[in-house]
Amino acid sequence: MIYQGKQKIWADYQKEIPDDHWFYVRSCIRQNFFPGAEKMFLEICRGLLKKDFYETEHHTTCGGIAYHCDTIPQETVMTIVARQFALMTEAGYENYVASCITSFGNYIEILETWKEFPELEAKIRELLWKACKREFNKPKYVAHASDLIYKYRNEIAARAKFRLVNRHTGEPLRAVEHIGCHYAKMFPSRSIGGAEYPYVLSGMIEAWGGNVIDYPERRHCCGYGFRQYHVKANRGYSISNTYKKFESMEPYHPDFILTNCPGCPYFMDRWQYVIAETEGKTYGENGYGIPVLTYEELASLVLGYDPWDIGLQLHQVAVEPLLDKLGIEYDPSAKYKGLNRKDIMRPELPGVLRCC
Amino acid sequence: MDFGFKISPSSAINLDNVDTVKFEQLHDMEPDVYKCMACGSCTSTCPANRFSGMSMRKVILALQRGKEKDVVSMMRNCMLCGKCTMVCPRGINTRHLILSICRIYREDGK
Repeated sequence: MIYQGKQKIWADYQKEIPDDHWFYVRSCIRQNFFPGAEKMFLEICRGLLKKDFYETEHHTTCGGIAYHCDTIPQETVMTIVARQFALMTEAGYENYVASCITSFGNYIEILETWKEFPELEAKIRELLWKACKREFNKPKYVAHASDLIYKYRNEIAARAKFRLVNRHTGEPLRAVEHIGCHYAKMFPSRSIGGAEYPYVLSGMIEAWGGNVIDYPERRHCCGYGFRQYHVKANRGYSISNTYKKFESMEPYHPDFILTNCPGCPYFMDRWQYVIAETEGKTYGENGYGIPVLTYEELASLVLGYDPWDIGLQLHQVAVEPLLDKLGIEYDPSAKYKGLNRKDIMRPELPGVLRCC
Repeated sequence: MDFGFKISPSSAINLDNVDTVKFEQLHDMEPDVYKCMACGSCTSTCPANRFSGMSMRKVILALQRGKEKDVVSMMRNCMLCGKCTMVCPRGINTRHLILSICRIYREDGK
């Protein structure tokens, strides 16, 4: 890798991100997969950094899953999105931040479409008015939540209790980053770092002391790809993509994988179990898998939050080896305690993948 | 454990390890090879595709990825009918490209 060349490309794709006053919309699926991630995003931005983030319980899905599964037309998605923008307008905000990568790609795609086809925007405004008597202003700025953690990365680093350094060896942890396809592959200019070398997650890892590892299939899809998974007959294709990524990164011995998409961490985490059961192969040390984290979870870890408070017990791949390397203390007996120390029950252990 | 689906063998590629000398030679002879956008029109119209698996789209991708052996065995099935040339939206003379590929990528590997 020619590092200087990549830095030049990253420099061509920097964007000015507003510092404060955001209208936040959640993902449809992240709260089921990684329940602490969005909570910790708001906790860090509002509680720790004292920024203004507004969210409303009235917002819905952006329609992205149905759109990318080819079950609804784009006009329907546009009307759903127009309603979200109407909620933002009613709340008095102009900056819009999405938790989900597909939502982010969806919003950008729709705004670009409206720019090219103003008559379509007029049609959607009419449809929205007929549907729910709402009007909207287009957001001045649309960001993905990882853009904001990237923007605040140095503030987080200044408050960090842990660095991404192996406490046993003193070496920086080896991190693999995986960017969701809808972040930069559709509209590279709206991302940080462009489509080929997006810097949004690499910047976080470097700021917090880790070492980013490059590997051949780094930009390959995680395997989710909507129809590749949702159509059951295609699931072999989905897992084969994930398998290809793991085979490619295996020789580089990453300590963890960092992601910024709802689907990617889920599939890279859960498919490790399926690969272990079908192929008998694990990719971490001593029979463990490679822990897969979201950027909010990683930020929370370096800030010193309790791993079980941020939902790491709901990962398929055990995070304990990573916590040990970071020097984070945790109570193994509290792993399966939920909110208010409620017992959330222990899962059945897999046959091949070591989980505790 | 049977999940109802299987995992294909990994097709991971490390482009740092791919020898591109022959592909560059092909590019010198046929500059249009870089125009291919892998739409697959050539493959869908190919009369040899159904019975032999010949796919011009796969051929161009495989050459760029250094998988020459796959290409040479696929090339044996081409009948040089030229239908792929007629449908290519990028106007690539695929028939001529196939002949050039056969000249550069010989079966004996020489």
